[in-house]
Amino acid sequence: MREAKIALVGSPNCGKSSLFNSLTGSRQKVANYPGVTVERRSGKYITAEGKEVTLIDLPGIYSLKDRTLDERVSRQVITGTHKSESRPDILLCVADSTNLRVHLRLVLELKYLGLPVILVLNMQDLAKRDGISIDPEILSQELGLPVVTSVAVRSSSLDSLKKQLSLSIAALTPPQDVTPSPTTRDLQKQARKIAEKAIIAEGTQHKVTRELDKILLHPVFGIIIFFITLFGMFQLVYFWADAPIALIENGFNILQNYILQVMPDNWFRSLLVHGVIAGVGSVLVFLPQILILFTFILTLEATGYMARAAFIMDRLMAMVGLNGRAFIPLMSSFACAIPGIMATRTIEHHRDRITTIMIAPLMTCSARIPVYALLIGAVVPNEPVIYGLFGLQGLVLFGLYLAGIVSALIVAAVLKMTLTRGVPQPLLMELPKYQLPILKHLLMNLWERARFFLKRAGTIILYSAIGLWVLAQYPKKPLGATEPDIFYSFAGILGRGLQHIFEPLGFNWEISIALIPGMAAREVAIGALGTVYALQGNEGQVEQGLRTVIQNGWPLPTAFAFLAWYVYAPQCFATIATVRRETNSLGWTIFMTSYLFALAYLIALMVNKVTIAFMG
Amino acid sequence: MKYLSDMKKGDCATIIGFEADRCNDVEFARDLEDRLLEIGFEEGLNVEILHEGPISRDPIAVRIGQMTVALRRMEADAVKVMNGQ
Repeated sequence: MREAKIALVGSPNCGKSSLFNSLTGSRQKVANYPGVTVERRSGKYITAEGKEVTLIDLPGIYSLKDRTLDERVSRQVITGTHKSESRPDILLCVADSTNLRVHLRLVLELKYLGLPVILVLNMQDLAKRDGISIDPEILSQELGLPVVTSVAVRSSSLDSLKKQLSLSIAALTPPQDVTPSPTTRDLQKQARKIAEKAIIAEGTQHKVTRELDKILLHPVFGIIIFFITLFGMFQLVYFWADAPIALIENGFNILQNYILQVMPDNWFRSLLVHGVIAGVGSVLVFLPQILILFTFILTLEATGYMARAAFIMDRLMAMVGLNGRAFIPLMSSFACAIPGIMATRTIEHHRDRITTIMIAPLMTCSARIPVYALLIGAVVPNEPVIYGLFGLQGLVLFGLYLAGIVSALIVAAVLKMTLTRGVPQPLLMELPKYQLPILKHLLMNLWERARFFLKRAGTIILYSAIGLWVLAQYPKKPLGATEPDIFYSFAGILGRGLQHIFEPLGFNWEISIALIPGMAAREVAIGALGTVYALQGNEGQVEQGLRTVIQNGWPLPTAFAFLAWYVYAPQCFATIATVRRETNSLGWTIFMTSYLFALAYLIALMVNKVTIAFMG
Repeated sequence: MKYLSDMKKGDCATIIGFEADRCNDVEFARDLEDRLLEIGFEEGLNVEILHEGPISRDPIAVRIGQMTVALRRMEADAVKVMNGQ
């Protein structure tokens, strides 16, 4: 007989994913359902008899209508009409014991789908603490299906569930046809009747949650705590990441030097050192920041604080037509757009999620800082302004950040009125009970994110690094030529071609060429400029030399236009690749890339012309 | 008789019905009643406003039974309530 397949179904916040993690351990896989952004989590579970069973974790849903993508995919999978996922044999319905009344309706709805259902009363520990008492036997009689209790975070509590699973697998019958289910209202009435019989004591609301919310959702303290949390998070992302980043950079330097020493000087050595290691290395240095950021985000989510953050920010985000949940991914994008875009998975609604992804690259990421610092240092005098409170340089930097944020909000508002227009999505969400995060599950999730990132670094980023290296290296400089090597390469030819396009912005051919390798990662443009101006020496010397070149050689309108270009241009392959993966749509990826390029061009053009006009 | 959206922090009331068509947006209203039912709003249940958002006191956090639900006042407009426990 083939392997049995069990699907986990349940409302959001019922502890379904914890149960899934506990049952499958590390034998799990996260991917997307083809064509949609709904996450497909699957894993293997071994029964007490040693039988291997496939477990799939369906998205958290309140009902099985076709309203959201999550509901549609869940319904298709359960009824066996999904294109790629075969119909499961058993439904394992997980319900939160502390909130049985609401969850029972979904259980009743599932009974009409023609598959055997097992009900798991999860979060027994919390229910007991809150004084809630449910009789599983009465519940089982009333519902006509097996009911077991569990504390998903404790594997020792899963014995009765495991026993029931073995029983159900042994007694497997072929699936029945789907029968039409009554209306939501009728199901609810039925659920209430059953709940009244089975719930022995109602208990009181989770006390810790009530007390904590009094502070964390306080109109004044709540906001203060929220911003302190955010501020602390970003400080630590930079602060903690410093050492590991230096370690990774050193590691790649040592590797480069070693190869330079042991290998003969040929094209292959150059490809390895300047193409592969430099390219992949410049992206891998972001790994520490991504991991730290995700540790925070996953912890905030696991504790239940994320829903509160959405509550606090909802009104502000509503002004541009977004939901409070969009705030955290956008904040994350200040570190790097990649984890930010990945974090949009917490936004349930597809259109809101797309809008958020589209504007995430406008948040000034940390890779832009080296470029900003170089140009501001070169062209903006460090004069004290506003009674000596701020430096002019700092103010300009702040202005660049602000330009990104304001543009993002405008773009979001425009998108919501045009392309992502539709029925406004209600906020309507449960504020879950506060819980301590589970280290093991946190680490498993973190590893999942890291794996995605590393996989990409090993594939698309590796290929583009090699591609850019080829562009910058070939063809070789003709004999007796006077310009630097890169001038004669494909990148040089491209850059000189691009110069015609970029001339109105005041960009010279040197800048145009540097934009091409800058596609690998924004700050690589600085190294490329160094190459173009044939500067020698280490990073510090190149930067010092560049500063002088820019001060003496770039007109002010050019420098300002270059800064403006950098606020908008989607200049990083990794981000574009992430958007492609996360939206699962080539159309949206092309749309984002082209609207950002168009904005970059127009605004840089404007900045250039305005500066020229001001200088007279 | 009034609506959940009229209530202030600390107020308690009993849900007596739904009027999703009070919302201006017809498409929005179509699903709203079902959604409210699914997340746990139900006739006869007591509700209490626990928290209000920092700006224009929106959104609101409401206790229904054992759970706390956040919603915007615009959505709360569809829930008919009666004063008192």
